Amino acid sequence: MKLALRLAAAVLVTLFFLFPIYWLFMISLKTADEIYSYPPVWWPETFQFGNYVVLFKDGDAKTVWNSLVVASASTVLAMFLGTICAYSIARFRTGGEHLANWIISQRMVPPITVVFPIFLLYVFFGLVDTYIGLILLYTAFNLPYVIWMMRGYILDIPIALEESALVDGCSRWQVLWKVVFPMCRAGLFATAIFTFVFAWNDFIFALVLTRTEVTTYTVQVTHYFGSQSNFWAKISAMSVLGTLPVFIVVGFMQRYLVRGISMGAVKG
Amino acid sequence: MADLKIGGLHKYYGSLHVVKGIDLEIPEGEFTVLVGQSGCGKSTLLRTIAGLETADKGSIEIGGQRVNDLPPKDRDIAMVFQNYALYPYMRIYDNIAFGLRARKTPASEIDGKVKAAAKMLAIEHLLDRYPRQLSGGQLQRVAIGRAVVRNARLYLFDEPLSNLDAQLREEMRGEIKRLHQELGKTMIYVTHDQIEAMTMADRIVLLREGVIEQQGAPLDLYERPATRYVAGFLGSPTMNFIPAVIILNGMKLSVRLGDGTALEIPSSRSGGLGPWQGKPLLLGVRPEHLSRATGELRPGAATCDTKVDLVQPTGSRTYATLNVGGTQVVAEMQAHDVSAPGERVTLAIDMNRMILVDTATDKVISS
Repeated sequence: MKLALRLAAAVLVTLFFLFPIYWLFMISLKTADEIYSYPPVWWPETFQFGNYVVLFKDGDAKTVWNSLVVASASTVLAMFLGTICAYSIARFRTGGEHLANWIISQRMVPPITVVFPIFLLYVFFGLVDTYIGLILLYTAFNLPYVIWMMRGYILDIPIALEESALVDGCSRWQVLWKVVFPMCRAGLFATAIFTFVFAWNDFIFALVLTRTEVTTYTVQVTHYFGSQSNFWAKISAMSVLGTLPVFIVVGFMQRYLVRGISMGAVKG
Repeated sequence: MADLKIGGLHKYYGSLHVVKGIDLEIPEGEFTVLVGQSGCGKSTLLRTIAGLETADKGSIEIGGQRVNDLPPKDRDIAMVFQNYALYPYMRIYDNIAFGLRARKTPASEIDGKVKAAAKMLAIEHLLDRYPRQLSGGQLQRVAIGRAVVRNARLYLFDEPLSNLDAQLREEMRGEIKRLHQELGKTMIYVTHDQIEAMTMADRIVLLREGVIEQQGAPLDLYERPATRYVAGFLGSPTMNFIPAVIILNGMKLSVRLGDGTALEIPSSRSGGLGPWQGKPLLLGVRPEHLSRATGELRPGAATCDTKVDLVQPTGSRTYATLNVGGTQVVAEMQAHDVSAPGERVTLAIDMNRMILVDTATDKVISS
């Protein structure tokens, strides 16, 4: 009886959280009439993909590709640079005791306060509306997070494992590759997911630093909010396109995500 | 020829001076044990030899080559760590093969070497498992296997047995010693356990506060310690020290204890002791050189009457705590020599085996 109650509660809570996603998918598959009908249509008579077709025909779907490019590239860069920085701080005490704290404090700056100075810099260097501009920015913005997280994971690795590898014939780079990376694999993936999701979800930087060439999907969605009317069909279809990659990434890496987060990541 | 030669080695951790000028030569094929209390610098010394710490001053030569500036991988050493240091994400086979692969050994040779090492350590049946599936003793065998397979010039052991229970430790002690006999390699072994040092070493290097207190064969150190510290460190139960002065008793020198008890020094041991008359000394006697006086005394034995305070039987021997010259001492007796506290006994002290320590310098003046 008790179990049944708990199960029912769990189902209710799950439904509550899943509902917006369900609703988003449904709207994207409805006709304009169905979208505005009252009472609402919970399940459209036929699934029609016209809303998506339009996005691809107009080239709007390319903004998802833009997001994918900048998020992936900046994640790879930030993970690589951040992990070797973290290793250096963790194992050689580079920068003294407080460098790690100083670095993470950079992450706490509200994006809105720096976006306009960055915009002016980017105008000067010709980086506005370029892949490189966004990739550099996301990499720089994510580095503190990566360094902080990876430092914690690396500190958790027994140092004797690395020393043993050094004695056995490895260079420092080989130690990183053969011992450190495998030992904190779950942490690497978990950190990478968060890094990716930050870049993927960013709106404010993309809004200010892009025009037409590398507009990301988050900015594109706002284009469908008009002064007269909102294009709900396009908004929802674009949102679904923007949600799917994250679903897929998290789905594949769920195993590491849970382990990575619970791995004692936060360490002073 | 010395396989390892250390000259004037110093090591600091910040302002902490850990290794204070160590000179040490270790001949090829010798099993050397670095022993001392925690914080004496023994592990630091070993890690500096391995290249895991840099020497602040002094030189380290392995096989005649100065290695101070070489990274660990170029020093031709293999090392066994206290916490095994096995890679949890690799099978035992791959753990053992790790060093060979890192050194680009041809794949055809690796398999044979790994299996030979596994056979030598009786872990062949574990090769397909992961470290988490093994017991502590098995893990330590694998860790040793990983070192053995390398065929290095110098083998270093950093307290490899201190995570094992007493019985396993005893077993592995024998294993490592047997391994040394089979391989004939130069091995340096760090421990804080004086029994490990005594049982395994060809030579003990006893460290204290960053300097070598004394070095030599185990029994040399045990029987002829140079300082009070060495005398007290080796042996269990530890050596008894009783405040004493030397007096001339008729024509013969005696040791007089606090309560006036005089113990005659055998003539074979009294040479050179004349000038020490009247100076404050400590009489050092090992528990096994104290026994219950029965029948005829052995030559060189002195006696005193005393009372048993505490009896601790171990089965083969019985440790009795008694009062000699106002000091509590432990005597290692035959199992049934004493029975209960309060018993009055006549204690025989083997004065041939005693040592005398100058309390001003803590140096042994006669051993």
